This record gives sequence, C-alpha cells and structure tokens, in this order.
Amino acid sequence: MVDYRTEVSEGMVVLDAVHQIQAESAPDLACRWNCKAGKCGSCSAEINGKPKLMCMTRLDTIDVTKPVTIEPMRAFPPIKDLISDISWNYEVKKRIKKFKPRPPDAADGTWRMQQSDIDRVQEFRKCIECYLCQDVCHVLRDHVKHEEFIGPRFLVYSAALEMHPLDTEDRVDELKDEFGIGYCNITKCCTKVCPEHITITDNAIIPLKERVVDEHYDPLKKLVKLFRRK
Amino acid sequence: MIEYTTYEHDVLVIGAGGAGLRAAIEASAAGVSVGLICKSLLGKAHTVMAEGGMAAAMGNVDDRDNWKVHFSDTMRGGQYVNNWRMAELHAKEAPERVRELEAWGAVFDRTKDGKILQRNFGGHRYPRLAHVGDRTGLELIRTLQDHGIHQGIDVHMEVTVISLLKDGDRVVGVFAYEREHGRFRVFKAKAVILATGGVGRAYKITSNSWEGTGDGHALAYHAGAELIDMEFIQFHPTGMVWPPSVRGILVTEGVRGEGGILKNSEGKRFMFDDIPDNYKAQTASDPEEGWRYTQGDKSANRPPELLTRDHVARCINREVKAGRGSPHGGVYLDIAWIKEKLPNASEHIKKKLPSMYHQFMQLANLDITTTPMEVGPTTHYIMGGIRVDADTQASTLPGLYAAGECASGINGANRLGGNSLSDLIVFGKRAGEYAAQFAKENGHGSIDAAQIESEAKRALEPFDREGGENPFVIQNNLQDVMQKLVGIVRLEDEMKEALDGLAKLNERVSRSSVTGNIDFNPGWHTALDLRNLLTVSEAITRSAIERKESRGGQFREDYPDKDPAFAKFNVAVREVDGLMQISHEPIPEMPAELKAVIEEMG
Ligand SMILES: Cc1cc2nc3c(=O)[nH]c(=O)nc-3n(C[C@H](O)[C@H](O)[C@H](O)COP(=O)(O)OP(=O)(O)OC[C@H]3O[C@@H](n4cnc5c(N)ncnc54)[C@H](O)[C@@H]3O)c2cc1C
Ligand code: SF4
Ligand code: SF4
Ligand code: FES
Repeated sequence: MVDYRTEVSEGMVVLDAVHQIQAESAPDLACRWNCKAGKCGSCSAEINGKPKLMCMTRLDTIDVTKPVTIEPMRAFPPIKDLISDISWNYEVKKRIKKFKPRPPDAADGTWRMQQSDIDRVQEFRKCIECYLCQDVCHVLRDHVKHEEFIGPRFLVYSAALEMHPLDTEDRVDELKDEFGIGYCNITKCCTKVCPEHITITDNAIIPLKERVVDEHYDPLKKLVKLFRRK
Repeated sequence: MIEYTTYEHDVLVIGAGGAGLRAAIEASAAGVSVGLICKSLLGKAHTVMAEGGMAAAMGNVDDRDNWKVHFSDTMRGGQYVNNWRMAELHAKEAPERVRELEAWGAVFDRTKDGKILQRNFGGHRYPRLAHVGDRTGLELIRTLQDHGIHQGIDVHMEVTVISLLKDGDRVVGVFAYEREHGRFRVFKAKAVILATGGVGRAYKITSNSWEGTGDGHALAYHAGAELIDMEFIQFHPTGMVWPPSVRGILVTEGVRGEGGILKNSEGKRFMFDDIPDNYKAQTASDPEEGWRYTQGDKSANRPPELLTRDHVARCINREVKAGRGSPHGGVYLDIAWIKEKLPNASEHIKKKLPSMYHQFMQLANLDITTTPMEVGPTTHYIMGGIRVDADTQASTLPGLYAAGECASGINGANRLGGNSLSDLIVFGKRAGEYAAQFAKENGHGSIDAAQIESEAKRALEPFDREGGENPFVIQNNLQDVMQKLVGIVRLEDEMKEALDGLAKLNERVSRSSVTGNIDFNPGWHTALDLRNLLTVSEAITRSAIERKESRGGQFREDYPDKDPAFAKFNVAVREVDGLMQISHEPIPEMPAELKAVIEEMG
C-alpha cells in the first residue's frame, strides 16, 4: 500500500481526495469514475475495508485522524491501484436469457401494465451495476465460486426479468443448475452494501429460490412444465 | 516501428451512450458486423446520468399532444435556427422509438390506465416526458445494453479513439489505445459513427463526467468535417452549489416539474418578473395557476420556473449578480413548500424524486422535503456539433456519421429538456441504418501506415518529456478560462482574451509530461484529452465571437438582443491548413407545410 497526504475540505468525498492526489502528486494513480453522484456505479472500492462508492462517501463520516485505506474490490483480479478486472460480470450477464415479451395488448403494439404490478421490478432496475454486492458475497469473495455462482447482482437481474409482467421466458432451470442459486445461504451481506438500497435477498433471491423449489420439487408443476415444453 | 493490433468491422460505432448503443443495435440488425468502442465500461456512459425523461408526443396524459406540437415546441425552444427537418423527424419518430424500448424490456412509470406515464418539462406544452422516477437515463442505457449484448456486437471497452484514419476524403477507420495497458489498436471500418457525447469538461462548473471532453467533435474537425452552432452551450439553471466538491452536479428540472419554485435571498419568487414576450401567452399569471399546472390541471399554464433553460439560467445569474443570491452564490430551489398543498408531501417528494432526495441527503446533509436547496447554473449540454444530413446523419465526410450530443442541428440555439434522450434513439437508429447501408455499398478503404506512425508518436510524446507540467493542472486552468470568459454572459473583449489564453494553454500542453508507466495512467489519458478540449474551446469561442447577437444558449452583453439577420444561418467551423476557418451556413427555407404547422400551433 502507498501513503498519500492531502488536505480535507468541507463536504469532500473520498473520490475528491483521490482526484486531489492525482492533481497534486500522483497523476498516474488509477481509478474509475464517471458521474460523481452515485448514478453510474463506476467508483466502487473498499474504504477502510467496507465496500462503498467513493463518490458518495463523505470524509466527514470517516475518522480522518487516522489514515483512510482505499482498496480496489477484492473479489475480482486487481489491475492497477483502485481498478480491478470486473469483466467476468459482463460475461455472466450474457448467459442469462434475454427479455421475451408476450404479444402486445393493444392494436397499436403497446402493452398495459399497472404501476402496482411493476413497483417490484422497478426496484430491481435501480441497480447501477457497481458490483459491490458481488464483492461482499462470501460465495465469490472467499469461496471463489465464479464458475458456479452468478452472484447477487445477477440474481437481482434474473428476478427483474422473471418478475417482469410482460416476460414469457423461463429461467428457473438455469438458476438452479448453472447459476447456482443454491449457494446463497441468505447472509444478507449483499443487501447491506447495496448503495441503491435494493432489498436483494428478501425481494429478489428468496422469491427466486421459492420458484426453483416450486418448479422442481412440486410433482404437478414439473409435469405441467414438461407438457409445456413439447 | 509502432506496434498495434488491427480489428475489422463493417460499421464501427464510437461511443456507448444512448446514441451509440442504438446505432450499434440498428446496424447489427441490418446484418453487418459491428464494433462498439467506449472510453469507460459498458453502461457507464454519460447517458446513465440523465434524470428527467425522454420527450415523445405519445399523448398518453394529454391527448391534445401530437408531433406537430412537439415540433413547434422544439423550434420555438431552439429559436428557429434548428435544422427543421431533424426537428420534424424527431417529433414524428420519437413515440415509436420509446415504445420499442418497452418491447426491449424498459419499465416506464405508468398512467392510471396502464400506459407509459408522461411528465411536464420546461418548454414542452403538454406532459411529454416518458420517465422512470428521476433515473430515466439508467433505464435507457440498461435497456439498450441488455438488448445489445445479445446482438453479436463486438464491444471494446476502455478504449479511447485518438484519431480518424482517412483514405483520401473518406474515413476508413480509427486509431485508438486501450486504457489498461496503453496498447495501440487500429480499427478498419467501412463506415464510422461518432456518438461521443458532449464537451462539458471545458468548463469548471459542469454536470458532465470526465468523458465529456468533446472527443468526437475534435476528431471530426481534425479529419476535415464541419462543426456548426458551437456557440450554443446550454447552462442548466439548477446545479448544486454547495459543498464545493459537488458544485455543478445536476438537480433535475423534474424538481420544478413537480412544483419546485425558485426564490432569492429576499424570499421573492423572481421568475414572475421576467417572462419573455413569446412565452407570455403560455405562462401562468400567478403562483396558484402555476401550481395547478404542475398538478395536471389542463386549463392552467406553466409556472415561469419551467420557461426554457437559457432564460431561467440568466435570471438566476442576474439575481446572484444583484446581490440577492444565497450564501454560496446560488438561489433557492424550494420543493418543501408543497407541504402547504399536499398532506403527505414528504413521502410524495421521496417517491417522485428519489435520487434527488438521496443526493442532497448524502452529499450536502440537506433534507429537500424540509429545506430549500441552493442551486446555480451549470454547464450541461452543447447544442453545437458535427454537421449532419438530417435523414441519414452523414457528416460532410464520406463514411463518417454522427449521432447524439456530438451531432448538431435538432436543437438550434437551445435544447428543451428531454429532447436529448429522444434524439439519441431517433437519430442513433437512423445513423445505424444508413451507416450499415453505406458499408454494404462500399468496401474497406486502405489504411495509411504513415498516419498511424505519426499519430502514435504524438500520443507518446508526453512520456518522452521530463519535468513538464501535470496535465490535470493545465486542464484546470483551461476550465477557468472558459468558465470566466466564455460562460453564460459573453463579451467580445473577454472572448478575445480567452483565445489568447487558449493559445498559451496549447503551448503548455505541448510541454506537459506524464509520470509513471503506460498502464492505466489517468495523467496520460488527460494529456491526450486536452487536445480535444482545446479544439472545442476554440471552436466555441470563435463561433461565439462571430454571432453578434443574443439567442438561446448564447447571451452577449454587448449585443443583448436577437438580430433577425442572424436567424438566417448557422455559424460553421472547419480546419483549413491547420487553422480554424469560420463560415456562415445558410439555413434552407422551411417548406410550406411545416411553416403552416408552426402557425397553427401559435
Ligand atoms: C446529469 C444529467 C442529466 C440529464 N438529464 C437529461 C434528461 O432528463 N433528458 C434528456 O433528454 N437529456 C438529459 N441529459 C442530457 C443527455 O443525458 C445527454 O445529452 C446524452 O445522454 C448524451 O448521449 P450520447 O449517446 O450522445 O453520449 P454519451 O452518453 O455522453 O456517451 C458518449 C460515449 O462516447 C464514448 N467516447 C467519448 N469519446 C470517446 C473516444 N475518444 N473514444 C472512444 N469512446 C469515446 C464514451 O465513453 C461514451 O460511451 C442529462 C445530462 C446530464 C449530465
Ligand atoms: S445473501 Fe446470498 S448472495 Fe447475498 S451475500 Fe449472502 S450468500 Fe451472497
Ligand atoms: S444490486 Fe446494488 S450492490 Fe449490487 S450491483 Fe446493483 S446497485 Fe450495486
Ligand atoms: S462516480 Fe458514478 S457512482 Fe461514483
């Protein structure tokens, strides 16, 4: 780890400190950022060991009498300074079957949906793909199950598709087999770090787990499913 | 010999914001091979930050709306120097493009009868913005991204294009480096689409991310394409002003759309004092009427806070200069007052403006449901850009197309809020379609090895120099020059001073150096971006000097009025023998049908 010193002024966030260091002493210090307003999910890091967005973490909420540590997300291979290689996430997403809507409801090719029917999906679609939840999940971080488990972010993504009122695709088999939903033992660490306050575990993962159970262990549904497949 | 890897695509799209993604999807659907390049990771482009919504005359909330009203609103907002054909296509095609997003999985907020909900925004006569709370840009970019990744598009993330490669007049590829290891790449393409976004980083106070360095504008310019309307910059009236580190971050117009009002330090609602004549008939006559408008009363006119952005920004500027500003040099934006009108105001605000609530709570320790915000103008958007053909988005160079914020024409002198996101999908699609067609009709051109050699050498120079200036410091100084001398209120003398300042900065850039190695080195990346920033800053300044009148995004203190003579042309710049040449591009006569539409709409 390298030590840098910089002056802290009112209202400053961790990302400001990094920028100030770039301008003052280390222009080659690498970090990712875009919006500086918690909207793009680029600036994820571990600040004093806690997964956070650098642009939304005010220094006056941290004890600055001691050195503040800023590290890249550790669940992914490091590239340089605050940057890690998160390309795995992009690969995972491609494996999840895309949205497949039912035929339009109206003659002009549009659909009708009630706001109350989409509130849940909109919660999931708030995701800014910061991957802080992936970073904190022990299945990926400690047990390195990147091959078998897609992680909380993509369970949220699957849930957004599965619970989309217009979607007709079925992703339950993959969730169980290829995507490893069974690895999640509901520790809720992901929910705690989500900067968008998505209730990842309760609202996305648990209902998906229930669907897996319903479809795979309920003999009648399994049968219906086999027929439908024909 | 410079080392590089070569890639080949039929159509190459530069930029993965709304415009680039939509273009890539269209081109690939047309059956050609498509490459997509972006400076950041996929899904992080500036488009993700858009808040308020996208404008499309679907008439879901007010059935009086249709393309004709949208067209005439856009032309009025742009003060009639828009490319009228683009404004027409945009108004006609936006509804279809928005519905298509729904078919690709977007989940917009709904009306009571289950259709896509639309909200009020400045300059739009009827509620017209399809939206998702105040995170519409995220919905747009994610929908396109998630649809696009299944289309077989080759995405090159964290790759920066530093020049366009030419075969004679024609653009035949690009030269780029990848950020991770600084390795060079050559992309051969039959057609290239620029969708690189804006130039906000030329100013100190801006809502734009680090990516907004005008790369596409500068790449096209140095390749010989024409830029127009570069003097027209949109200063959004409401950016955060405090604390200093968040200065410039956007406060969505949606706050005013939901009933937020602007007040000065004396508590006066100053927007009622200055309503331009051509908007008088459409503006509320008292606060009560304004409130009713924001609550959906169709018989009411909009409050003056929702006048066009150029006007509101100037009014705020005036209040601050007259000493009636807030402690940190802004004015007050108050949404908390609606508790006088609504029983559950606090919940209502959090539901309608969740990310604004969040943003102020977390960054400024301020609860917008109880306390007024401090806001002031921030550099937001550039109306000017690459000159394109309205139907095909072809630039003035064969093989080169442009769409989105880096292209110009639809907005004229001032863009209406919400018209950008719809512009991205309407013209992104068109660019993709016509670039694909061009690629089918033409083979690959030949790449000039000498051009690659010299571009690579230029790119590596900052490493060869030692002890030069830190590029971040130069970028800061450049932003000071533009903010101070070519900002909201402009004067000939100051702008001439800016040109001198830019020339000196240019010198300094050529002596700057970077430390460390070439792997993911932001100092080096900034050194290369500086060239683009200097080019667009010069184009903005020269164009602003040339337009000796005030119109939309350009306000000249020395020429405070509109001059009909300047309504007849767009100011254009082009590189001739290494120098910036200014010319006047006459605006073609509007066809009779469109004139009739404007008259009919009043
Ligand atoms: C905070 C905020 C809120 C906004 N809200 C709204 C709104 O509510 N409604 C609305 O209509 N408009 C809004 N706008 C404006 C609108 O978001 C932008 O104008 C629009 O998103 C621009 O999209 P784009 O596709 O043209 O470019 P961008 O989204 O800016 O994308 C540019 C792309 O080009 C890439 N790029 C740039 N240079 C290079 C290079 N040299 N090499 C390779 N790649 C490059 C970037 O990496 C990026 O992928 C808002 C803007 C801001 C800042
Ligand atoms: S709840 Fe599941 S997904 Fe979330 S962190 Fe725990 S194990 Fe991982
Ligand atoms: S679910 Fe939350 S923590 Fe996970 S990637 Fe999305 S926004 Fe980040
Ligand atoms: S910079 Fe966008 S979330 Fe931090």
